[in-house]
This record gives sequence, C-alpha cells and structure tokens, in this order.
Amino acid sequence: MSTVIRIENLSKQYRLGVIGHGYLFRDLQSWWARLRGQEDPNSPVLAWSGQLNVRGDRVWALRGVSLEAEGGKVLGIIGRNGAGKTTLLKIISRITAPTTGEVKIRGRVASLLEIGTGFHPELTGRENIFLNGAILGMTVGEIRRKFDEIVDFSGLEKFIDTPVKRYSSGMYVRLAFAVAAHLEPEILLVDEVLAVGDAGFQKKCLGKIGEITQEGRTVLFVSHNMDAISTLCDRVAWIDQGEILAEGQVKEIIDQYIDSIMTAGPEDRKAGEPAGKIFSFKGYHLVDDEGQVVDFARVGAPFNIVIHYGCQSEIRSARLMVDLVFGHAKVPRLFSCPYEFTDAELARLPLEGSLICRIPALPLAPGIFDIRYAATVNGHLADKVAALVMVRENEDLFLAGRPGMGVDPKLSRYRCQFLVDFQWSLGSPGEAIEARRLGEMLLMPK
Amino acid sequence: MTGSGKALGLRKMKTEPAIRSGADPVSPAGEQWTTVIRPRHPWFHLEVGEVWRYRDLVRLFVRRDFVAQYKQTILGPLWFFLQPLFTTLVFTVVFGRIAKIPTDGIPDFLFYLSGTVCWGYFSACLVETSDTFVKNAPIFGKVYFPRLVVPVAVVISNVLKFSIQFLLFLFFLIYYYQGGAPVAANLWVAALPLLMVQMALLGLGCGILISSLTTKYRDLSLVVSFGVQLWMFATPVVYPLSQIPEPYRRILVFNPMTAIVEGFRLAFLGASSIGVQEVILSVAVTLMLLFLGLVLFSRIEKTFMDTV
Repeated sequence: MSTVIRIENLSKQYRLGVIGHGYLFRDLQSWWARLRGQEDPNSPVLAWSGQLNVRGDRVWALRGVSLEAEGGKVLGIIGRNGAGKTTLLKIISRITAPTTGEVKIRGRVASLLEIGTGFHPELTGRENIFLNGAILGMTVGEIRRKFDEIVDFSGLEKFIDTPVKRYSSGMYVRLAFAVAAHLEPEILLVDEVLAVGDAGFQKKCLGKIGEITQEGRTVLFVSHNMDAISTLCDRVAWIDQGEILAEGQVKEIIDQYIDSIMTAGPEDRKAGEPAGKIFSFKGYHLVDDEGQVVDFARVGAPFNIVIHYGCQSEIRSARLMVDLVFGHAKVPRLFSCPYEFTDAELARLPLEGSLICRIPALPLAPGIFDIRYAATVNGHLADKVAALVMVRENEDLFLAGRPGMGVDPKLSRYRCQFLVDFQWSLGSPGEAIEARRLGEMLLMPK
Repeated sequence: MTGSGKALGLRKMKTEPAIRSGADPVSPAGEQWTTVIRPRHPWFHLEVGEVWRYRDLVRLFVRRDFVAQYKQTILGPLWFFLQPLFTTLVFTVVFGRIAKIPTDGIPDFLFYLSGTVCWGYFSACLVETSDTFVKNAPIFGKVYFPRLVVPVAVVISNVLKFSIQFLLFLFFLIYYYQGGAPVAANLWVAALPLLMVQMALLGLGCGILISSLTTKYRDLSLVVSFGVQLWMFATPVVYPLSQIPEPYRRILVFNPMTAIVEGFRLAFLGASSIGVQEVILSVAVTLMLLFLGLVLFSRIEKTFMDTV
C-alpha cells in the first residue's frame, strides 16, 4: 500500500522564556526598561541549560524529522522520555503546529493521546459516549450505529444510564477506551494508552489494535512497552533528542535501542576524561533482591545497581564520595544518592571490587531515565559515567485494580515521573479520609 | 477573484490538496493528501467550513452545557428569570425613580427589561467565549477538532437562556399592553432573528478576539467583566438614544450594540430614534470585529498549546 503519512523535515521549537510570561503589564514593564536602557526585569532565567538541544531560550523538541508511514501498517515509535515522541504525535494530530517542515496525511486521523477527553461527570455513560465520540471526530450517525458494540466492549451495560461521576476509576477507563477503540479513522495515533487498566483489559486493547490493522488501517504507536511494540509493529522508528536515530525492522531497532540502554556503560565516559585515574568505574549491572541480573527496573520495586570499580593505589586518608543521579531529558537531576565513605570503610576497600546502591522502592514512573554515577576523591572528580535505565510497569503493585492507583486518568500517578509516599487526611487528627499511601502499597506482599 | 473569495473560510480541507500538490514539486503528480500540516497558513485561511463538518459536536456541546447547568443548580431555569428581573427592578428604582431618566414614554420597568434582556444575551456570549482557550486547554491539548466549535456552541447554548428571558419580557409586554400603556409592537418584530444573529456574531467576535489575546496576556481576562460593565453604560440600556446630545450620539452609534438595543425597542415597544444609517454602521462594525476575531483566533489556535 502507498504512503499515508509523509513527514518532511519537520522541526518544532519551543521558546522557554515566554512560557509563563504572559502578562500585558510585564510586557509594558520590559518595554519601559529597554527604553531607558536598563536590564529587562523579566528576562528569562534558564533552567534547562544543561541540555544539548537547548540554545539560548529555545529548545528543539524535534529537528529535521522525516518519516513515512505506509498504509495498513503499524509504525512503532520508541525513544527515551523527552525524546520528542509525544511532540511528533501532537503535530500529526494537529494539536500544535510545527515550526518548520510539513506533514501530509491521507485519511482521517484520530489520536488516543489521552482517552476519556471531554467526559463530563454529570452526564450519563450514554451521553458521554456520544460527546466523547464526537470530540474524537465521529458523527452522531456513526456513534449510533456502533453504540451497542461500544457498550458491549466496555462491559458496562448495567451502568450506561448512570452519571459517570458515580463510576469507579476502572469503569471510567473502560468506557473511555471502548469509545476510542471504535473510532474508524484511516490513521490512529496511540500514545502510552496501555498504561491504564488491568492486565485483562490491556490484553483486550492490544487485541483491538491488532484488529484495527487487519482492517487495513494505519497505526502510529508510541510506547515504552517493548513487548507490545514487537508484537504489534511492522516497523519501528527510534527518536532521540528530537531526531530520528534509526528506522527499520522491528527486532533490529529494538535490539539497538535496548543495547543503548543496557550497555551504555563506560563507553559513555566523555572524551577527554580518560579512565585509569586514582579511582575509575568499570561497568555496572542491575540485580534483583535475589542477586539475579535483570535488564529492567520496576516501578516501586527494590532497585539494586552493582557498579564495578578499580583503584590505582589504595585510597587511605582521603575523602571518597560517590553519587548516583537519576534524571531525564526535562529534569536532569530528579534525585541523587550521594554517599561518603568512612575511614573504616576506606581502610578495607579492595583495589578492585563493586559498590552496590540499593533503593528500596524506586519512585519512578515507567519510562527511560538517565542515570549518572560519579566518584570524587578529595573533592576532585575522579570518574563519571552516564547511562540509561528502563523502568517498567510493575504489575504486582499497580495493575490489580486497586482504587485510585494508576487507573483513573484524572488521578493517574503517571502524569508525573516521580512518585512519592503521601497521605491525605482531614484537619482533625484520627479522621483520615481516603488514604493513598504509596508506602503501604509497596509493602504489600505479592 | 472568485478563488480568493472561496478561500474566505468556506472551502473544505478536502478540495485544497488537489490544488496544492499540483504546485508542490516534491510530491509526484496524482498524489492526493487530505490534510497538509504546515507551520503557517495564509491569514485568510479561516476554516470556518470545518465547524460545519463538526456540527454534531456543536450540538452535543450545547446539550452538555444545558444538562450540566440544569443538573447542578437547585433553582434550575428559575435562575434565568430571577437575574434579569432583579437587575431590572434595581434599574427601575435607580435610573427611573431616583435619577428620573426619561424613557421615550415607555413604562420604565418595561423599558429597562427590554435593555437588560438584550444586553444579557450579548454579554453572556462575550464573557463565556472570552476564556475559550484557557478554560478548554485540557481538551485542546489532547485532541484536535476545530477550536471554533466551542465558542459557537456557547453562543447557541445562550439562545436558550435568552428565550426564557424573552418569554418573561413578552409576559410583561402583554401585561402593560392590557393596562393601556403606549407600547406598540409592530412588523419590525419579524427582524428579531436578524437582531439575534447580529448579537450572537458580535458577542462571538469580541469573545474570540479576547480569548486569543488572553493566551498571550492573561491579565486581559481580569478586564473582561469590568469592561463589559462599562460597555453597558455606553449602550442605551438604561437610557434611550433620543436623550443623548449630538456630539456624544455620533460616537455612541459606533457601538454596534446601540442599534441592536434600539432596534429591539423599536420592534416591540414602538419607540426609538434609530435610523437606517445607524443600523448599517452597526452591522459593519459587527462584521469587522467578527472578522478580526476569526483571523486572530485561527492564528492563535495553531500554537496556543505551547504558551498556555
């Protein structure tokens, strides 16, 4: 079949400074300051300047992307968090316009950037099916024809005339996905939608996407779930820092991608910083609590990283500090785990060995994160390594349909990258309302 | 010339790629694209026709607004009556009884009610469309549909509210007529739909103009409710146009609402000093504001998600 999406030299630039600037008063203030030759009191302070693709107050979310999608095929898009995958889908779905380049599309596009868009809590399930369907681009006639099918798929026959504000979060997602799954666009954009719902429902959704392509329609599928990508996709494009790094056969690209995540070890050491100083790192791997080497970290699960090192000579009466920093493209330093060795520990530090950093419950949402670990001796940087780690969904914890946890799109924790332990309660002590404790969830036996 | 006339919005996306891909050296001849996404479109590329394709969505939004409003308030539609009724009572006491402003010989209560009902529709359209982008950012950020659908639906939803208030007005009109008041509804009543359309377009035009500007300047939204109040006093709501001395009158007729309110009174009460010239001017200013609003709106809708 022929090309249904042709992306030509597409770029998207965001201006950092203007975000949050928008007050007429401040514009006048800036103008008045410039007029008198003073410094603009509102000039932006750069927060992201550690990033490669930032120049001045501008950041390129996409740079010269050219890509073609063939009709009736599933094109997977993979890449780290902040690589530009979502921006690409947003441009194709016309939510925002590109800075340069163009996209040509043949056929109707529907996107599942987030399901349940426009649901109104006061309206019944039935009314919301119509409203949501129309927002997603269906006509009332189409929705009416598919209505029974949609209700069937959602499994909510009994509650279809109940206002959705009385729905549980799981029911809400079921209904929302049921509508979205019955769109009949020629091109469907899917972004991480499979992060919601219980495992059974997810299977149903994956099946539905497979079915859609059987009917000769095209799907663009963005996901961190490599299993889903490899089962569903015909081709894969790998985006990094706003550019297409590789594109081609699914297995080939996924292998390259996972390689880059898993083995981005010592090779990533920056040029001009040769190894073999007083203290240097040799490589790392992740292990589970039983000591088995694992490829992925899991949300909320124990995270153990074993880092091998070597010293030129024994380090005595010196200060040795190590640090492990987690970050991603948008926030280079999410959190860090610094540690200074005691004299007693230094005294029995072998010349070669390994350090283990353990995080009892990894507070990160699914995705790809940067990790950097560094060592300083007497305050001078001895060695530094950058790598990537993939955090995957932890079905044991979050997909059991527990209320409020990761299933309600409105409350979804995965709108954030960083998860903390928290609890809500009323002002008076002892009268806790609905407690949502991450800690409790994590301590629950499997 | 006919070609550019068509381009003024009513052309559907479907017809356009044929023209474009012919001129595009990159794509081989015969390729048909349904959508071409580009950084910028010409300023006259308004895509008003897209709204028509999404008319089902307009209808469902109107329905949603009605159902949601009806379910959430205890008094429900009764509230629609109370608001103009109390406003009119206050106006009658303050401007009629205390300030003793003449009302063209019409009973003052009826006079103020006619102004309040008209102004109520216009200001509701203006205020409720003026935060289109900011209020709908969560939906707009997730899915594409012509953004104009939302303000258009708001303007239509408000017709219902207006109708209820209009019935209230008719009730009092008949009541006063029975009482022998010098009111004379005449054939101009037939022009009511046109007045409604003009009010809707004016409210829509100003509303989307403001909503486009508020994506860049948030503080403008604070000015809206305040500005609408001031605008009301620049409109013959609490006084008749006939009471305005010449130099002010010349300025006042540039306010499109002047002719609308006076036209409404001419039709239902038979008392007004409005002329053809004023009506033409009013329509011209309305269309100009609407056009300006549409141009700005269609420009902002493409990139506002990056700034909100």
